Amino acid sequence: MSLFLIAALPFLGAVLPALLIRAGRNAAASAAGLTTFLALMGLLIHIPSVMRGDVVTARFEWIPALGLNANFMLDGLGFLFALLILGIGLLIILYARFYLSREDPMGQFYTYLLLFQGAMVGIVLSDNILLLLIFWELTSLSSFLLIGYWKHLPEGRQGARMALAVTGGGGLAMIAGMLILGNIAGSYDLSVILQNKDLIQASPYYLPALILILLGCFTKSAQFPFHFWLPHAMAAPTPVSAYLHSATMVKAGLFLMARMWPVLAGTDAWFYIVATTGLITMLLGACIALFKDDLKALLAFSTVSHLGLVTMLLGFGTKFAVVAAVFHIINHATFKAALFMTAGIVDHETGTRDIKRLGGLRHLMPITFTIGTIAALSMAGLPPLNGFLSKEMMLEETVHTTWLNSHYLVPGLALLSALFSAAYSFRFVSHVFLGPERTDYPHHPHDPPVGLWLAPAFLVVLVVLIGLYSAAIVGPLVAVVSSAVLGGAELPYYSLKLWHGFTPALYMSVVAVVGGLFLLSLYRQSNALWNALPRPEAKVIFEAVIGALATLSRWITDTLHNGVLSRYAIIVVAFTVGLGYYAYTSGTIGPVTREPLPAPVIPIIGWICLVVATLAIMWFHRNRLLALVLIGVVGLIVSMAFNYLSAPDLALTQISVEVVTMILLLLSLNFLPTDTPRDSSPARRWRDAAISVVAGVGTGALIYAVMLRDFAFPTISDFHLANSYKGGGGTNVVNVILVDFRGFDTFGEIIVLGIAALIIFALTESVLSTNVRAYLLNRKPHWPQSGDSHPLMMVVATRVMMPIALMVGAYIFFRGHNQPGGGFIAGLVVAIAFLMQYMASGYTWAIERQRFFYHGTIGWGVLIAAATGIGAWFNERPFLTSDFGYINWPPLEEFEWATALLFDTGVFLAVLGAVMLALDSLSRLAWQPGMAQEFPMDINPLRNDPKVDELKEQA
Amino acid sequence: MEALVASAVGVMTAAGIFLILRRRTFPVILGLSLITYAVNVFLFATGRLALDAPAVLNKYEEVPYTDPLPQALVLTAIVISFGMTAVVVMVALSAYLSSKDDHIDMTAQDSVDAPGEDA
Repeated sequence: MSLFLIAALPFLGAVLPALLIRAGRNAAASAAGLTTFLALMGLLIHIPSVMRGDVVTARFEWIPALGLNANFMLDGLGFLFALLILGIGLLIILYARFYLSREDPMGQFYTYLLLFQGAMVGIVLSDNILLLLIFWELTSLSSFLLIGYWKHLPEGRQGARMALAVTGGGGLAMIAGMLILGNIAGSYDLSVILQNKDLIQASPYYLPALILILLGCFTKSAQFPFHFWLPHAMAAPTPVSAYLHSATMVKAGLFLMARMWPVLAGTDAWFYIVATTGLITMLLGACIALFKDDLKALLAFSTVSHLGLVTMLLGFGTKFAVVAAVFHIINHATFKAALFMTAGIVDHETGTRDIKRLGGLRHLMPITFTIGTIAALSMAGLPPLNGFLSKEMMLEETVHTTWLNSHYLVPGLALLSALFSAAYSFRFVSHVFLGPERTDYPHHPHDPPVGLWLAPAFLVVLVVLIGLYSAAIVGPLVAVVSSAVLGGAELPYYSLKLWHGFTPALYMSVVAVVGGLFLLSLYRQSNALWNALPRPEAKVIFEAVIGALATLSRWITDTLHNGVLSRYAIIVVAFTVGLGYYAYTSGTIGPVTREPLPAPVIPIIGWICLVVATLAIMWFHRNRLLALVLIGVVGLIVSMAFNYLSAPDLALTQISVEVVTMILLLLSLNFLPTDTPRDSSPARRWRDAAISVVAGVGTGALIYAVMLRDFAFPTISDFHLANSYKGGGGTNVVNVILVDFRGFDTFGEIIVLGIAALIIFALTESVLSTNVRAYLLNRKPHWPQSGDSHPLMMVVATRVMMPIALMVGAYIFFRGHNQPGGGFIAGLVVAIAFLMQYMASGYTWAIERQRFFYHGTIGWGVLIAAATGIGAWFNERPFLTSDFGYINWPPLEEFEWATALLFDTGVFLAVLGAVMLALDSLSRLAWQPGMAQEFPMDINPLRNDPKVDELKEQA
Repeated sequence: MEALVASAVGVMTAAGIFLILRRRTFPVILGLSLITYAVNVFLFATGRLALDAPAVLNKYEEVPYTDPLPQALVLTAIVISFGMTAVVVMVALSAYLSSKDDHIDMTAQDSVDAPGEDA
């Protein structure tokens, strides 16, 4: 199976549980299980080539210019982790089906789980570090969803937030480190980076890159001092804890350290940072774990301790330590997943996981007792179980390690943590299962159904078999994985067996086990001592730091973003002016290359009108109606200027937009105050005026300079001119650009326009649903109303003009491809024709005759445009490729058809609908109940009109 | 001609900026309209000015054409700016109708009342 498919399967499968949960919980669980099983089978197919030591790859160039390629590779290391992720994932899916209760949304659970699984598989199979980073962040996000799965529990939400903050923060550091590493190596492909050990370690950026990458690994793998998030993540359901903390999430950091081992390891910096951190974490985790009363907290800290163990081994930088680390990763995954599941079963069946309330369960839950005891003894490092083997190798390696010239420090501390480790493992067994039976369990405990204990039982069988026949079962795998971690270097001498003779490691093991038993026998005293010791509470510190950061950012936001919009505006303008000034002083300007056009009298008159009107707006803007009239003047002059300067399409658009904008602003002015009071002090007005003048002069000078110079580079306009007729079938190049060359832009723009109209509609709806409605219904207008709100002359004129206006619209629409016009302009013209009816005959009259809703018009417009674009796919062309041809129907003259016309129909409908919906919404605000009785121009004497009836009665 | 267009752009920009620095909604809307004109003319003018040379192909003789691309961009900009103006007008209107106040600046009281401040 292709590596792409293996990585994609969990993501693809993630939708299934969410959909299938309606068919029942078994369907959702089976879909999740089947997806995982398929991916697992796909992985296992590659066993022969992986065991030969080959690297399976799948490459896809995505953005080669950025080095961002979707490259996957499968070597021994990736295979081991993918096997753990998918294999234990399958067991967890089985276990979770029986663990979760009816109230828990199981579809959601499996969806999150598969998303997480996909992200993890992506990490271990990535050959490109940018791709790896994406998957890395995805694990942080999806684990957030999983840890916070029980949304009703505050601990769950806090734990999820903490995990996201710590691992996500580390991930950010890692992005920086990876980018540095990629820059040093000159490639973002792991296979290239891994070949460049000398180059990377000689680089001055080696240390920063190392520290940043390790930050990512340490936060993810819960290494000291970032270990505190892991126990808090235990608020998640037990299947999540078992999955995240035995085989996957926390192992991602170990995976990456192993992956990068060939290039990063072997230096003093690596040894002292990684091995020391691992050693401290191992000791600290083991020590805390012993004194935890919550079963899952005990396992959480023991996980921290074991992660520290593997980190320390990788940090040693020796080949033998790598083999031990690889072996321990396998062993830890098996016994720890089984232990988490056991803890979940105990919790599920007794109703508590508080060790102080448990004990004596061995006869009540014999199966659980057997499973839990074997797994715990493996964790303690007792022969003949697998935990013993890798712990022996670890102890053996520490004996040969010197730390700052001390031969005893590392083995001593390792022995101490092995002792603690044995003690908490024995405590797990004795305080939960041994001892006298109790009568005060919250539930009556008994062994769970087979679905719940099958998965841990399977793992425990592995624990025993690996312990007894390690060389036969996992020997080849360990060899292949170790040589992948070592980067192809020769494997050291090692042997996976129980008996190596009387070695120092054996003595240390014996001391650890006996010491552990002794420590447990003194548990009461040591626990009292532990509780008497002062120790920092990580959660309190974390919350305090987060609280301080939140206060700081709130202060910054409130200071910069204090709600004074006019201040933001002035900052933006002043900054832009400053930027322009900097560009002007720092750049150079070429010589004038164009002759200015002559300026005859009429344009000069237009210019005078425009400038006078604009200055008058500035001066008289407090009289709002006057300012509006003056704006209209400016708009008219601008459209005339477009017409004069060879832009007939723009002139047509501008003048029709001008009309609808004016209607819109007049409508709004109906509700707003008629005058703007003088708010600003004279000093402020002068300051604003000064900034405005500087900005205006700058803008004017810039465009003046541009207009007098030719293009610095050849433009694409010549292409448009040359291909408009040949390729687009139209002679109006502006229209062909809109509907053809840049049709996708236009498509986006009509969508934006439609959204704007819908926003206006929604705002109107929400305003009218508040007490504003009562105010509007009883509102008195600002100005005296005209005596006749529907003047006869205007009503007649608009109704006569309606068909003519529609005809003009149609004409403009159809000629648009070859002559000035098109869908935009036609839509505006037809909208104006409708608006005239609203104005002359009244809103009530108009909507009584409205046969369709404007929402639908917008929708059809967008759909028609989209369908036209999609039509190109059926001819195996890209989206929105247009086609055209000529039709000859005698006796008509030959005429052209073009798919662009259909697209333009969509534009037409969308523009029409958007303009009408916007203005219609505003008009609704003005509606008052009395208006319903007013009839514009009573042309039908037979109609039932109360006024007429009244008159008849009087007569 | 270029001087006329450039100075008109400058005057409209200056007046538009002056108006958007006012403290009530309606002048700000007017200012945005003026800036819209200025920006549209500015963009149009980057295609350089030409007289009697519309970008409509002439089948019968070789004639000069003006630059069609800025025109196409400005055409959609004009229509979109209508949509933008309409939304801003509606927002301003809703705010005024709900609070009977058309100041654009939020007062300290407004920020206290603002939602989304859960600790």
